[in-house]
Amino acid sequence: MNQAPLIPGFVTRAAAATPAGIASRMRGLSDSAIAWLFITPTMLLLLAINLFPLLWTIQLSFTNYRANRPNAPVRGVGLDHYEAILTDPDIWLRMQATAHFVFWTILLQTVIGFALAYLIDRKFRGHGFWTTLILIPMMLSPAVVGNFWTFLYQPQIGLFNYVVAFFSGIEPSSFQMLGDVDLSPWAIIIVDTWMWTPYVMLICLAGLRSIPDYIYEAAEVDRASNWRQFVSITLPMCLPFIMLAVLFRGIENFKMFDLVNLLTAGGPGSTTEFASITLKRAAFEAWRTGYSSAFAVIMFVMIFGLANIYVKALNQVKAR
Amino acid sequence: MSATAHSVVQPSTGAKLAASVVVVLYALVALVPLVWIGLTSIKTPQDSIAYPPKVVPFVDFTPSIEGFCSLFTTRSRQTPEYIASLPPPQGACEEVARSRSMVVVGSSNYVPRFVNSLIIAFGSTALSIVLGTATAYAFSRFRVPLKDDLLFFILSTRMMPPIAVAIPIFLMYRELGLSDTRLGMILLYTSVNVSLAVWLLKGFIDEIPREYEEAAMIDGYTRLQAFRMVVLPQATTGIVATAIFCLIFSWNEYAFAVLLTSGAAQTAPPFIPIIIGEGGQDWPAVAAGTALFLLPILVFTVLLRKHLLRGITFGAVRK
Repeated sequence: MNQAPLIPGFVTRAAAATPAGIASRMRGLSDSAIAWLFITPTMLLLLAINLFPLLWTIQLSFTNYRANRPNAPVRGVGLDHYEAILTDPDIWLRMQATAHFVFWTILLQTVIGFALAYLIDRKFRGHGFWTTLILIPMMLSPAVVGNFWTFLYQPQIGLFNYVVAFFSGIEPSSFQMLGDVDLSPWAIIIVDTWMWTPYVMLICLAGLRSIPDYIYEAAEVDRASNWRQFVSITLPMCLPFIMLAVLFRGIENFKMFDLVNLLTAGGPGSTTEFASITLKRAAFEAWRTGYSSAFAVIMFVMIFGLANIYVKALNQVKAR
Repeated sequence: MSATAHSVVQPSTGAKLAASVVVVLYALVALVPLVWIGLTSIKTPQDSIAYPPKVVPFVDFTPSIEGFCSLFTTRSRQTPEYIASLPPPQGACEEVARSRSMVVVGSSNYVPRFVNSLIIAFGSTALSIVLGTATAYAFSRFRVPLKDDLLFFILSTRMMPPIAVAIPIFLMYRELGLSDTRLGMILLYTSVNVSLAVWLLKGFIDEIPREYEEAAMIDGYTRLQAFRMVVLPQATTGIVATAIFCLIFSWNEYAFAVLLTSGAAQTAPPFIPIIIGEGGQDWPAVAAGTALFLLPILVFTVLLRKHLLRGITFGAVRK
């Protein structure tokens, strides 16, 4: 180092490596000024639109504030909302419904997504073209496409019922995907799987492509069977990628709102009322702002736990 | 390392054929809902709810522009006597309306909602890219205090459920006069997108050798000039890929849009589901609105598939 940093910790490698004579010819802003200038606006925006609202939510969660009565007196209620939520059997039913949805969507998307990736990795003619077609559903607006699925699910006129009836012989008007308490969670699981299997497929495909050929060549020399190669090479080498996909879909589906709000809006009854729908009803229909803020904080804590696992898994994958 | 034709791991012809059959079948089934959107948009309301479904245009049903007319216009029902008293219909949509004992009274809100989607999506994408590129460059090149913590904070903002942050943002926007404004939505979507932009772009900028800038600075450029003349052109591919991702997110977003906008700044995703005809959803109109809304992303996906693949895997697979 032949040049003292302007501000400790802010010297750049380039400046450090530059001889003093050339450094004196550098004009304009110093590196530390540029670093501040480039980072500050982003951080301010994120603080204003993420951190500040989060702190405000935490503060509101201890009060009985109602957003539709801004002038009513606000009273602190301590941990009452948290106690009410955590001891409410209905909330646990909502969480179970959410968990049921997350479990089945992850299972289906992982199995189908991995199978598709495995087949596409055979590199048959035109695999690039068909991969692009398969990707299309995940690129589209979940709300707009989800809304159209309510048409496909109509019992008398919908294409879905017609196709199921065609192949199974069941009377098409005898089942309602969106109106039946047992079927409606599956109506959402089907649409979510349709939309997001391609996403899991892509990550698995990246995983498969990261396995070097020489490992398979060595296995061939050892006369390992295809099944043996799959179980002891393909699956373990791909596992970090599958985990990544599972965690990412898990976080996304835990906070799922768009598809479910348009397909069932939580109904029939409250069979598909996932956590985010409960939150929306409490916050924007019942206007129990304090209570819903407490619920939001509880969801934050759960998501943040998942996010931590996600980043740890990401680092594990990178460490390999 | 890719398999060569002589590699022992090259799948057999039979395996390839079997794989292609399964993948093609999956793709064809997965595309049925999208084809159905297209077909429904050119049906009359009667044909759209026919049972068994009408599939082949010109054979099973006559294509109609009624869905698009219902999407773009508002109509009012009139008595046959009144309609008979009117001068001959001007334009195709007026003609369709008359055949249903209605007259066109004005244009619908679809075009303004679509324009809002365009302005908000492109506005927030541009802002995310400017902020994201600058921040990513600073994180990539300078020693910033608490760099890893700041980068994790930036990523963690993406994990927050929109519904949970929506409550205080709703209150804050009400105070600031940003509720139901395009500016408010642009800032909101930028804050969501910028985290992804920083992470993606940092990956791309990390790959540009520092020596290029150092050489430029030795030639007498300032750091900012080197950034503009050397780094930005090298990062163009990455910037384009990131921009597409930001665009897709803000184009498709629904949760914030439905909770924070109601009129002036409403985008198409909350609007399309509330297109109601006489006696319930007007499915051809909904399908027409959906098809038009999906079209830009469909074109993007096909044109830019190679960039998309790289962005989706999000650097996690970079070796």
